[in-house]
Amino acid sequence: MVNALEVQDLGVRLGGTDVVRGVTFNLPRARCLAVIGPNGAGKTVLLRALIGALPYSGRVAWAPDAVLGYVPQKLDIERDLPLNGRDFLRARAALAGSPAALQTEALRSVGLAEEVLSTPIGNMSGGQFQRLLIAFALLGRPNVLLLDEPAAGIDAPGQAQLNEVIHGLQDTREMTVLLVSHDLSVVYRYADYVLCLGRHGACFGPPRSALTPETLQEVYGQPLGFHVHTHS
Amino acid sequence: MSTLTHELAPSIGSLALSALMAVAAGLIGSFAVMRRMVLAADPMSHIALPGIGIALILRFNPLWGALALLLLGAVLIWAVERRTRIATEAVIGVTFAVALAVGSIITSGEELIDALLGAPGTLSLHEAAFGIVGSLIVIVFVLRQRNALVVRLVSPEIALTSAVDVARLDLYFLLAFALTIGLGLRFLGVLLMGSLIIIPAAIARRFARSLGTMLWVSVAVAVAATVAGTYVASLAGRPSGPYIVMVAGGLFFLSLLRRRET
Repeated sequence: MVNALEVQDLGVRLGGTDVVRGVTFNLPRARCLAVIGPNGAGKTVLLRALIGALPYSGRVAWAPDAVLGYVPQKLDIERDLPLNGRDFLRARAALAGSPAALQTEALRSVGLAEEVLSTPIGNMSGGQFQRLLIAFALLGRPNVLLLDEPAAGIDAPGQAQLNEVIHGLQDTREMTVLLVSHDLSVVYRYADYVLCLGRHGACFGPPRSALTPETLQEVYGQPLGFHVHTHS
Repeated sequence: MSTLTHELAPSIGSLALSALMAVAAGLIGSFAVMRRMVLAADPMSHIALPGIGIALILRFNPLWGALALLLLGAVLIWAVERRTRIATEAVIGVTFAVALAVGSIITSGEELIDALLGAPGTLSLHEAAFGIVGSLIVIVFVLRQRNALVVRLVSPEIALTSAVDVARLDLYFLLAFALTIGLGLRFLGVLLMGSLIIIPAAIARRFARSLGTMLWVSVAVAVAATVAGTYVASLAGRPSGPYIVMVAGGLFFLSLLRRRET
């Protein structure tokens, strides 16, 4: 299978409503797909269907050797939850049968200091916890990373750092990346393909050809003042 | 039938059995508290009552009737929660309020008091064996599955992509929870067993900043409360259940004197 993922006519129905319908695309290996769309367009639902957490209609075929790492949207962790970074990473390493050394490597990959190991996860900053979630996913030795708005709720410098981490992982480990993002500049800069989920169906293609002003207006229901700089 | 009688209490064997049950309660309680199932323990214990009533009518050991209904109730909660996506606490609350109503209709007043508060009279070898085996099952389950339980606790989705069968893990957790309540039936009664599951874990949560500390403190408090409560009850010549819960409750209020570190 040349592609990491092949999706055909995917539909997800929740509570009697079609949240996602008619989504078709192929994602080649080691490429980055950005999923965009307005709130309520079904981006998170799509990702959850792709990992098998929700029932769906249509066809979802992962490459036989695909190992998925999932980084969910901002989790609501109670501040007094008695779990620290070490407990969390150790649990994943044990489930994956990964050696302890991989924990240090995963932390380094996402730019986290070892102090987070003794920090309760409920006390971590948004950026720290998102990075920890990525390190957690890396312990399963994935070749596909699915990230649901990983930079949500993080300050601008933190977002930039996180985007560099994700892009760096894709480059150095040849990972396939599926990324839900609201930030069109990130989509243009890092994504090889974009999937837009809108009110009137979906579109798919390389960002520069798929994201025309007309398409963006159709997807978001209003014109977006977004200008693409082209560099030679 | 050969029996271990309460004259032995608080013999070493009797105390050891109580302590083993307390270890199971402390461990399963830690995850129940972290999963916000604090309020579920009490109503869940109520389903034992119709089982006790049915067992008395059919003339077999009430413990087995209670256990059968507890395990059946766990499966029922799991199935309803999966099909309807209603929160566990709501499903447990409705199911067991009904069970309590049915139980109180088919159980006599005296039997009901015994079931609710415990009747530490004679303990058959079967019951003692059940206490040992059941406790070991719960202890081994929590210790072996703690990594999967931790990941499930943080996010069911990432558990799914970590090769955890979330549905099966949830079922096993509920069964272990129900089994733990069943373990306490003869010593504490169904009402008080819920307290022994929750109070030590609630104390541990106030101080713990890591999973290891949470589990150790919860187990230590559960064992200390059980041993101390059993001993005091034997001196007073009274059933041990209320004393155990009073010691645990006292430790909880003492724990409030110390501010939690954040």
